[in-house]
Amino acid sequence: MNEECTFEDYQKSMADNKILGVLCADCNTITAPPQAVCRKCSSPNLSPKELGKNATLQTFTVIRVAPDGMNPPYIVALAETDDGPWVIGNLIGVDPDKTDLELIGKRVTMSSQHTKGNLYSLADFHTLTFSLQ
Amino acid sequence: MREVAILGVAMTKFGNSEKTNIEMFAEAGLGAIKNSNIEAKDLEALFFGNCLGTFEEGQMHMAPFAHSVLGMPMSSPATRFEGACATATVAIRHASLLVGAGVYDMVIAGGAERTTAMGTPLATRTFAMGCHAQYESPLGITFPGVFGMAAHMYAKKYNIPLKELKRNMAEVAVKNHFHGAKNPKAHFQKEITVEKVLSGGMVADPLQLLDCCPFSDGSAAVVITSADKAKQLVDKPIYIAGTGQASAGPLYLQQDLTRVKAREISIKKAYKQAGIAPKDVDLCELHDCFTIAEILALESMGFYEFGKAYDSAAKGETRLGGKMIVNPSGGLKAKGHPIGATGAAQVTEVVEQLRGESGSRQVEGAKIGVVDTLGGDYGTVCNIILRS
Repeated sequence: MNEECTFEDYQKSMADNKILGVLCADCNTITAPPQAVCRKCSSPNLSPKELGKNATLQTFTVIRVAPDGMNPPYIVALAETDDGPWVIGNLIGVDPDKTDLELIGKRVTMSSQHTKGNLYSLADFHTLTFSLQ
Repeated sequence: MREVAILGVAMTKFGNSEKTNIEMFAEAGLGAIKNSNIEAKDLEALFFGNCLGTFEEGQMHMAPFAHSVLGMPMSSPATRFEGACATATVAIRHASLLVGAGVYDMVIAGGAERTTAMGTPLATRTFAMGCHAQYESPLGITFPGVFGMAAHMYAKKYNIPLKELKRNMAEVAVKNHFHGAKNPKAHFQKEITVEKVLSGGMVADPLQLLDCCPFSDGSAAVVITSADKAKQLVDKPIYIAGTGQASAGPLYLQQDLTRVKAREISIKKAYKQAGIAPKDVDLCELHDCFTIAEILALESMGFYEFGKAYDSAAKGETRLGGKMIVNPSGGLKAKGHPIGATGAAQVTEVVEQLRGESGSRQVEGAKIGVVDTLGGDYGTVCNIILRS
């Protein structure tokens, strides 16, 4: 128990297309991405847990005016994973100009992609993606 | 805790400024000191708000320089506060708490921000630094994007056609510009139409340009003292009846973006301390960084039921002459949003309203006013309730 799971661990897993969270030994809740305590009961008794790949899209936006270093338009979305946690990622494989509210509630598959670090970011990242099922 | 009051307030005109952050703060701070009938040597501490000075001017550690330009004594410490867009509100709340606790008798609080010095691409990047740098920012999320996701979720949750929601959101911008046109300190002092809002460029779906507040430069400051002292110094002290503040984590832990839960907690504390209910409020300066944000705020502050505030502006309920006037200053939308100063400008507006000094945008007979400021992607919310 109480195995530390850092951002670097998360990134290494994402490079292998595995989405890492942490499982709480006290209340059985999964928290993702990993953090030091359980999102539900604040217990530190956590161990790494790989999430399944299925989720349901809860909302989205199309970014058209982007921060320095990004290439708009692109879609940012929130999804509820079948394991419980909500996660944020980029919806890919969908034309940003052909989006509407019908996307909300759609089933998606989670994966990861390599994203170039932008101005002032720590490094390059492996970021979460959603694809429509 | 003893009762705390606000003496003098002052703000610069918001917009594009040629002045530096420190110079803008000197204008606001010295104005607030003059309006308080005190001198800088009477001030025992400075609570200074600034977010992005490092990127705007290459200036970190701005508080002691802000202290120096006011002519405050070296024995009066200056401390910088940062709570993203809620920065100055948090600074004022902490100033109020320490005066209430008797640590200080008289202090000054406020902030300055010169966002336009960065230009839009860098400003957009640095504002996005208010999102989680590892799990949110690398996706290219922006604040308009966060509130765009909230608007889409709102439409879906309450089964409102997006076109109808957008028309009602546009009415919020039209209302706040109507108010801003009456405010000589506002960044934008011109009225706009629903058609103009709906024909603007898309920023982050479904938010168009005029759904968004501008990047602005500006500064505001307020002097805070004990209620007893205030009565001796000014004709109309305005009392801090209650405050609240709450914190939340990243968006993926907050989940339902139609409910700003930190605000629900913060405002409840403030109402309880003030001994009032939402129905007692005469006017509100709230965080309309985006049109949908005003709608969410009205609901989480208890002025409307959840899912019911979206047509408040269209019905005229929140406009001057309506039943509960919201953002008579023009709000962030028209008055402008220099993030480190915004909360102090909101307090300035409410204080002047409660003193009956607001000219053509005066809310007649206002006795209780609420300030509401949200920082980051719902991470910080701070509320201050003022009464005459």
